[in-house]
Amino acid sequence: MTNSWVDIKNADLILVMGGNPAEAHPCGFKWVLEAKAKKKARLVVVDPRFTRTAAVADLYAPIRPGSDIAFLGGVIRYLIANDKLQHDYVRNYTSAAMLVREDTGFDDGLFTGYDEAKRKYDKSTWNYQVDRDGMLRVDPTLQDPNCVFQRMKKHYDRYTPELVERTTGTPKAKFLQICEAIATTSAPDRTMTSLYALGWTQHSVGSQNIRSIAILQLLLGNMGMAGGGVNALRGHSNIQGLTDLGLLSHSLPGYLTLPTDDDADLKTYLDKRTPKPLRPGQFNYWSNYPKFFVSMMKSWFGAAATKDNDFAFSWLPKIDAPYDVLRVMQLMNEGKVNGYVCQGFNPLSSFPDKPKVLAGLRKLKFLVTIDPLPTETSEFWQNHGEFNDVDPSQIQTEVFRLPSSLFAEEDGSLVSSARWLQWHWKAAEPPGEAKGDLEIVGELFLALKGLYAKEGGAFPDPVLQLAWPYRIARAPAPDEVAREFNGQALADVPDPKNPGSLLVKQGEQLPGFAVLQADGSTACGCWIFAGSWTQAGNQMARRDPSDPSGLGITPAWAWSWPANRRILYNRASCNADGAPYIPTRKLVWWNGAKWVGNDVPDFKADSAPADGMQPFIMNAEGVGRLWAPAMADGPFPEHYEPFDTPLAKNPFGKILNDPAARVYADDWKAFGKPDEFPFVATTYRLTEHFHFWTKHARIPAVLQPEAFVEVSEGLARKKGIRNADWVVVKSKRGQVKLKALVTKRLPTLQVDGKEIEVVGLPIHWGFMGQTRKGFITNTLTPPVGDANIQTPEYKAFLVNVEKA
Amino acid sequence: MALETQDILRRSATTMESAPSARSFRPEVAKLIDLSRCIGCKACQAACMEWNDLRDVIGTFQGTYANPIDLTDQSWTVMRFQETEVDGNFAWLIFKDGCMHCAEPGCLKACPAPGAVVQYANGIVDFQQDHCIGCGYCITGCPFDVPRLRKEDSRVYKCTLCSDRVSVGLEPACIKACPTQALTFGSKAEMRELAAHRLVDLNARGLAKAAVYDPSGVGGTHVFYVLPHGERPEVYGLPRDPSVGALVGFWRSGVARALGVATMFGVLVAGILHYMRYGPLEVPDESGGAGGKEAQP
Repeated sequence: MTNSWVDIKNADLILVMGGNPAEAHPCGFKWVLEAKAKKKARLVVVDPRFTRTAAVADLYAPIRPGSDIAFLGGVIRYLIANDKLQHDYVRNYTSAAMLVREDTGFDDGLFTGYDEAKRKYDKSTWNYQVDRDGMLRVDPTLQDPNCVFQRMKKHYDRYTPELVERTTGTPKAKFLQICEAIATTSAPDRTMTSLYALGWTQHSVGSQNIRSIAILQLLLGNMGMAGGGVNALRGHSNIQGLTDLGLLSHSLPGYLTLPTDDDADLKTYLDKRTPKPLRPGQFNYWSNYPKFFVSMMKSWFGAAATKDNDFAFSWLPKIDAPYDVLRVMQLMNEGKVNGYVCQGFNPLSSFPDKPKVLAGLRKLKFLVTIDPLPTETSEFWQNHGEFNDVDPSQIQTEVFRLPSSLFAEEDGSLVSSARWLQWHWKAAEPPGEAKGDLEIVGELFLALKGLYAKEGGAFPDPVLQLAWPYRIARAPAPDEVAREFNGQALADVPDPKNPGSLLVKQGEQLPGFAVLQADGSTACGCWIFAGSWTQAGNQMARRDPSDPSGLGITPAWAWSWPANRRILYNRASCNADGAPYIPTRKLVWWNGAKWVGNDVPDFKADSAPADGMQPFIMNAEGVGRLWAPAMADGPFPEHYEPFDTPLAKNPFGKILNDPAARVYADDWKAFGKPDEFPFVATTYRLTEHFHFWTKHARIPAVLQPEAFVEVSEGLARKKGIRNADWVVVKSKRGQVKLKALVTKRLPTLQVDGKEIEVVGLPIHWGFMGQTRKGFITNTLTPPVGDANIQTPEYKAFLVNVEKA
Repeated sequence: MALETQDILRRSATTMESAPSARSFRPEVAKLIDLSRCIGCKACQAACMEWNDLRDVIGTFQGTYANPIDLTDQSWTVMRFQETEVDGNFAWLIFKDGCMHCAEPGCLKACPAPGAVVQYANGIVDFQQDHCIGCGYCITGCPFDVPRLRKEDSRVYKCTLCSDRVSVGLEPACIKACPTQALTFGSKAEMRELAAHRLVDLNARGLAKAAVYDPSGVGGTHVFYVLPHGERPEVYGLPRDPSVGALVGFWRSGVARALGVATMFGVLVAGILHYMRYGPLEVPDESGGAGGKEAQP
């Protein structure tokens, strides 16, 4: 979230698209109803299904799964065509005026530079025009045909309401009604908040779905505003913390990245990742990358990381390709993975294409699961009849189950969607042999370290030299690890502005990331968490709910990264002179000498408005990007069909699917065709359950006991299905048997001249737990991911439905 | 029994004076269910089971999001989901069902077991299972079809409005769990004010016929609703004009009692007359035909 859950209450319009917060985030959804009750806000829902959220919406429109870019592109066109832009904002705070290379272009579905054989773009033509000083060229009048604004206008000119209706199935009148509602928030004193979740990310074009809403919110001037923003509603209580701490194969904590084979030494690595400013006078905050990185290495390797050994740079793995879940399953299937440690994760249920996952697990030599419960994954080798029809005698994988504690059985912090780090306290001891995750990992690490110490091994240094300064070595304590993330001064850090005084004394906890150094004098495990556990103590444990501004900022409740800032880019809530656009919703302002406010200013505190520094300080451009040359599949979002598509042809151009999405050779045959699988399916969660977990608990099992599939009345008529009948749902990957819920809430859509039925599949059931046994829904989903970050396409695929 | 100390206003099958309210002022409480804010998450259902230590059976899918699909002796509140059309627009009506805690409770009136149903001074209608005889008259007497008989102990159960929590100053468990403030709890007067306020907002959103459902036929209720489509309570499954059935009213009235006494007296007189005319009943011979028929397997 750029904003916070509580901030939703400040919105004038709430757009829920790509999510269903009433269903999946009922507690956060209270702020939507608060905005409706107290601020007369309107709630607009666009979703393939009439959801629990739609049940309390002011305006609802159906949409075909996988056609969100067509819809949002249509809204962008509407705003430009009807001049519903926040002009002041677009001119000053976005890249609208920047000139892109003349030779960049787009033709019939492809941007320039595409290599069909490699399914990759050469992105060099997507760059900006640069002057002799290396600065970007701009046209403040926005008239130059190569300026981003004109390029955007041309690109989205094709997204007419007629073509939107033909592609999305959303009735044109509904679409225009929603455009009109959204357009009202282009007024400087009105805001729209966008709430989305996996309904946007779990597509082969997932990243570009998010890019579309980012463009839209920039054009409307809704970024950095109270009641605005692009707000990802995260799917687990701590999945924000997972990405913050870099638990992805190519990431390091704080959104730093792992070196690759090309990064021979520290200097090469840092030079590539430390951006030069692209416009004069910009903050360009990522220019501090070396400070963040070196401080992290000092936190990991302590005294063993020195200037002379490049702060132990050579001990980091050099990644050759991202090891996302789809790739790991592919490698497992190829027999290239020996062992798999699975901590708090249930891949057999949660990865796409269950048959492929099962085949992979069978090829492992060993599998370790660290979980409080027996999961489908830990029991994948058991025969559960038709639900998991395997022969245990034919499976050689050795499985180790390490019982772990539950969240209520340990201290620690969880990072909410709103980037709040909230400390929680143990309520009970874990039962039986269960141990906390830190203890399990601690014991594993010490055992491995012992082996390396005894036997040497090929490359013992990173293991033997890892700093391990914990009170009880086999069981690091949560508070010790949290203090490491915050970091401490390893030497006195002098204040460059006041010679003779110190920013922080040796041995002290750091007050924030502004004091980090690239010379090894500071250690910090995760730079964005600096400030969470300072000399003043554990900031995450604060529980003061006072809200002096009335905007829901509650600065003394827990702690929000970065720097306890609650709304990102909040400098953009003021005009160029530093005065708030909405005087009744003041976040920050220039008081004549410095930036102050109700929130922590997201800006250089002493940079006067006249200096011309722009509000998007994490971008080298200083402004919000309408044009994004780093994306894998194009600088502007373009509509492509899902890989399982009901259409023979993309209504927008000759390229059917995302041209840069990675597809393994064997997997092309795993996609379905509409003649065999005529219906469009999507998967989702229900309120009553949390993923594959709460089916183990009695009360949620009572509330939603058995698997079902939702089908429209139209489909039911065609197939002779009555409510609660048993049906078989088949995709190219496999089939499941479950009961049907025949409902008016699922539409029959008119798409490109044909009737499209949408089929809805909740994901929760499996062969473990207290609910009725059920098939794993991900038996049906396709093995393809987003072109940029490989999030699997769970939300749009083809199935057939027959009466069982 | 010192009913005054328990703040009991009324007690089934018991003639009593109203508890003296001068001793302590207990305002009437109420739960307001604002269906325009309800998302059907079932947190109230889960909280009810948790607090009251109820565990319904793990059932099967019945063709609806609702589960269990009806109130049971283990599920004192359930969510119902209704797909319908209102004024030409599709609507998915989500409805929380449970005891209404009527001011004039049909269950209490119908109950023949002294003290099995009580009404506290704060308006809560509660069942005292140790006095219950399992006759099920309260089920017949309820205009909302709420009480449920538990087979295992032949006693009847329903929502207590968490009278145990309320008596120590806490809100009912469902209120505590509701994430969207669709459920609120306070004095009846406060809740009526809140409901009126909500109607203003709903009217402004084009729901001109939104209304409060607090039916006078049962003297008003201590669980009452804001209905977005107030002109048609029956689309939510609520009776338009609920009242305590005529039979129950008759059964508990003085006429029925007089009639009962008259009937008993009549039977006695008839018996005496019968004896005077036909003399004592003579038992037929054991080997007689009529008795043999009944002895057949």
